[in-house]
Amino acid sequence: MYINKYREKDITSEKIFLNRRQLFALAGGFGAFALMPGKSFAINKDTRKSNTFEEITNYNNFYEFGVGKSDPAKYAERLTTEPWSIAIDGLVDNPGIYKIDEITNDMPIEKRIYRFRCVEGWSMVIPWNGFQLSHLLNKVGVKDQAKYVSFETLYRPEEMYMQKTKILKWPYKEGLRLDEAMHPLTILATGVYDKPLPKQNGAPIRLVVPWKYGFKSIKSIVRISLVENEPQSSWNMQNKREYGFYSNVNPNVDHPRWSQASERYIGKNIGGGLGGLFAERHDTSMFNGYDEVSGLYKDMDLSIFF
Amino acid sequence: MSLNKTLNKMPIWCLYIIGLCPFFIILYLLFNFKLGVDPLKVLEHELGQWGLKFLILTLFVTPLRSFFNINLLKYRRTLGLLAFIYISLHLSTWLFLDLQLRWDEIIKSIIKRPFITIGMLGFLLMIPLAVTSNNISIRLLGRRWKILHKLVYIVIFAGALHYLLLVKSWPLEPIIYMFVVLFLILLRIFKKTKILSNFK
Repeated sequence: MYINKYREKDITSEKIFLNRRQLFALAGGFGAFALMPGKSFAINKDTRKSNTFEEITNYNNFYEFGVGKSDPAKYAERLTTEPWSIAIDGLVDNPGIYKIDEITNDMPIEKRIYRFRCVEGWSMVIPWNGFQLSHLLNKVGVKDQAKYVSFETLYRPEEMYMQKTKILKWPYKEGLRLDEAMHPLTILATGVYDKPLPKQNGAPIRLVVPWKYGFKSIKSIVRISLVENEPQSSWNMQNKREYGFYSNVNPNVDHPRWSQASERYIGKNIGGGLGGLFAERHDTSMFNGYDEVSGLYKDMDLSIFF
Repeated sequence: MSLNKTLNKMPIWCLYIIGLCPFFIILYLLFNFKLGVDPLKVLEHELGQWGLKFLILTLFVTPLRSFFNINLLKYRRTLGLLAFIYISLHLSTWLFLDLQLRWDEIIKSIIKRPFITIGMLGFLLMIPLAVTSNNISIRLLGRRWKILHKLVYIVIFAGALHYLLLVKSWPLEPIIYMFVVLFLILLRIFKKTKILSNFK
């Protein structure tokens, strides 16, 4: 399928790894990154391996469970994910409160290996399991007036203790334009590494939009609304100047407090020794390398609609 | 006072060793892969935070003497130099390991991003303080030394502000640091204006 930027058959070039290894051995690193068992793939000219399950599940921004990257792994255990249902409402033909199984049972679950770029300037590669959001939207029937999709995370302060604070407006909200939501790259993920989605990663179901900064990919969704006007989103409400509605990965539009021109690949598979300490910094690609979405923004000035 | 005598028994080099312990612990954790998924960020952050901690400790020396009669004046210079060591390491980590000497991005960041501008300013102002932290400079500069070292208040405020402006949303830690810094600076302003003179 064209959708997977990273194909399992595109095996990482051993030569590139060796060069890098030699380079960073000089830089004082051990140069001994273990060649992890796992799948290799390529994106454009770049080669990159998936982050480990361990890394993906211990380095999360999920502010409902704390602002530290390791907080969600510690505190998300408190979250009750069964039973779980999602309200699908607004401009749809079949609104209602759907049990999670009703939604996922007849969806074709696929593996999607996506690059994940955080607005903070780091990135990972994550093998998600999930289904295209478009399948679900088609199933419930989108009315003609609908132009946007709005998403909401669970609000349950007893279990998500940070919701008792005001660091963000709760519940966490995100939104997409309808064509973005219908794009085949946009998925609802229910798993990672063929395992059910861990709680710190947004169990039981989360959005993944690989060409946008990570915070757009809202976790633990309980509401999906089809609406006519641009919906609110939490980080945009917190700081309009820093977080736009679109938030497409774009090396030419800097976040006011940090450059988006480049990024650090994190994780031990990256090489460079000492858990990636000496790993090379890389130029960030427009749309995170997913050029096939550029058509969605053809006539838009992305420095204004950032 | 005997308490002060006991406190001042410790040789200066001991304080250097104690002060560098956090650095060695961080290195130990780093080499044992215990700094988490992104060790670079932890290293960078911890070095900066320890720099700020030592800076703040230098500000505690005077009020401890004025209000509690505890005299640690002997150690203040070392605390300041330890802060300088940590902040130099913090800056080096940023330049070499994080930004990897991408000078266009580094210069743009320093110019465009207030939290980096402020951090850099704080570091630059620390250099003359570190360079003149010795007896010869005190003798040579005379009264001007005292005036020069008032810069430390700007440095510390810059450090706390650098931290506060860096974070997304409003986590507690940088707010606490800023609060402590403001408290220690205000204490001096009040004392200067004699508001607290009764407490001496």
